[in-house]
Amino acid sequence: MSDATLPAAPAFKMTPGRWTLLGFVAFALLIVALVSTGTIRRGDFLYNVFADPFVSMVDLPDLLVQTLWEGLVAGVLYALIALGFVLIFKASGVFNFAQGIMVVFAALSLVGIYEILTLRLGFPPGFVAAILSLFGAIGVMFVLAVVVERVVLRPLVNQHEIIMLMATVGLTYFLIGFGEYVFGGNPKVMITSQLGLPTGSSTFNILGGRVSIQHLDVAAAVIATIMIAALAFFFQYTRIGRALRAVADSHKAALSVGISLNQIWVIVWFTAGIVALVTGIMWGARSDVSFALEIIALKALPVLIIGGFTSIPGAIIGGLIIGVGEKIGEFYWGPLFGGGIESWLAYIIALGVLMFRPQGLFGEKIIERI
Amino acid sequence: MQSYADIAKGDVLLSVKDVSLSFGGVKAIQGVSFDIRKGEVRAIIGPNGAGKTSMLNVINGFYHPQAGEIMFKGIRRPKMKPYEAASGGIARTFQNVALFKGMTTLDNIMAGRSLKMNVGLFWQMLRFGPAEREEVIHRRRVEEIIDFLEIQAIRKTPVGKLPYGLQKRVELGRALAMEPELLLLDEPMAGMNLEEKEDMCRFILDVREQFGTTIALIEHDMGVVMDLSDRVVVLDYGRKIADGVPDVVKADKTVIDAYLGVAH
Ligand SMILES: Nc1ncnc2c1ncn2[C@@H]1O[C@H](COP(=O)(O)OP(=O)(O)O)[C@@H](O)[C@H]1O
Ligand SMILES: [Mg+2]
Repeated sequence: MSDATLPAAPAFKMTPGRWTLLGFVAFALLIVALVSTGTIRRGDFLYNVFADPFVSMVDLPDLLVQTLWEGLVAGVLYALIALGFVLIFKASGVFNFAQGIMVVFAALSLVGIYEILTLRLGFPPGFVAAILSLFGAIGVMFVLAVVVERVVLRPLVNQHEIIMLMATVGLTYFLIGFGEYVFGGNPKVMITSQLGLPTGSSTFNILGGRVSIQHLDVAAAVIATIMIAALAFFFQYTRIGRALRAVADSHKAALSVGISLNQIWVIVWFTAGIVALVTGIMWGARSDVSFALEIIALKALPVLIIGGFTSIPGAIIGGLIIGVGEKIGEFYWGPLFGGGIESWLAYIIALGVLMFRPQGLFGEKIIERI
Repeated sequence: MQSYADIAKGDVLLSVKDVSLSFGGVKAIQGVSFDIRKGEVRAIIGPNGAGKTSMLNVINGFYHPQAGEIMFKGIRRPKMKPYEAASGGIARTFQNVALFKGMTTLDNIMAGRSLKMNVGLFWQMLRFGPAEREEVIHRRRVEEIIDFLEIQAIRKTPVGKLPYGLQKRVELGRALAMEPELLLLDEPMAGMNLEEKEDMCRFILDVREQFGTTIALIEHDMGVVMDLSDRVVVLDYGRKIADGVPDVVKADKTVIDAYLGVAH
């Protein structure tokens, strides 16, 4: 091949994202200049917003590490919730409004069954009863998947997406009512130690300070990682995983090779139910188990905006970005707003990411499908 | 190629009787009857919008006709579901290629084996023992199909990245993986260049020869139809206007008019 036919290096073009980035860099340089010339100084509003947080990050690196770690742990849980959404959306095109409630319902079933076993049936409290309850809760999620497929999905197949969404809104209220009826409305305590999950914490002296790590958080990160790896393996290398991917790609082609959509839907809802159960255990262990937990589903939306509705890696990376961004924002900028910024910060972070990548991190079709 | 006399004596694999299908006001198929005999290549031709694709959709259970009946292997099949059609031995390809775009050629064709694999979910989760052995057995069959279609080079390529002609070939491979008794091909050569068309013709004839598969084929290229098919049914505006061996159909006055657009 002669040199003349080699393609020229692509010309550097200023995309909107690059303009934004350039703007940020220029702004940062401006702030540095203003601070070093003494134009703005400690106590000024501009200094508090744009300089002080970064100065503290550098001055107290141990606090930064602590904040990052907490952000990562929260991010793992956000990622799990988003993962539940993505699974169902990919396989059935349904935006499952009930995913947040499924987390609560799964956790309530676990604790509820444990209470029934130990308080009413006279089982000795402890590990065995907890494991039995775990299997019970998995069974409950399976029954839920079968019922949803029969009662909601099958009669509504091929209906407009909005109708499916409304059906899952209905499912949400059904689960709240049913859950309260069966398990009572009082908040419950997660059976963390009975399940064999660690509860203490360790403190490390690093970077001239101390970083404290909850053992439960480590367990949460490890379990979530194992679960995501197992799911990825299942999708990639088994017949049913292949069928799931097939259904996500083309319903009519999947039908033509004899894949049963009904069976696949049960399997994805069951899988999403298991993911919800794991999320519910981890989250419930940090606060308590009640329907107030439902609001964590609201955190999944910005994660999905960033990661795309159809991308599993997107859900994971998006979850971590939101988790870390939120904790950093809360810790370093929160006091400026008088606290309480965690309810909306996630959405601002999502918007920030969209400025750089309007299509989301991994999404090709995030907008088109909803 | 079998002679017409052989086929006329052959067993009927599928028959369609007085089938009518409409979408709201659009009458896609109106009172059409014909049959497909074991081992033949049966062409379905007609102008655009004649109802050919709709007919395939009726046969594999995507659409349920409002009137008429379908017999498959001697049994009446009212409201057959796609799943039942597939497990009964009907495979198909689509006019506009319906592949699993994110998956590799290998996985697409493996998906065609779904019904032949039946190790349960439990073992699937573990993926050891029975599930593993099953994968290996079916993988071997799939490799044979890949060799047959001469697509070894693209085994691991995500099919969304392949050119259209190869996608059609992978789609044929996926249908073949089902080891069907009846193979429905919706315009398998549309959008192909001459060389690709010749390859596809050869594959279709080889499939019939080697596996004894009965084939129903929708095709626009008259030359191809005349070369490949044993019998031809002609649809126009949802009605059947001719049915018979290629030479007779080609000379039929109504068919010529329909194709030249006299009545249109
Ligand atoms: N799902 C559908 N909804 C509405 N109309 C349809 C549908 N499928 C096919 N039709 C109509 O039925 C007629 C026959 O279409 P089709 O079977 O695709 O024809 P062909 O394959 O012969 O070109 C056309 O008028 C088409 O618009
Ligand atoms: Mg057509």
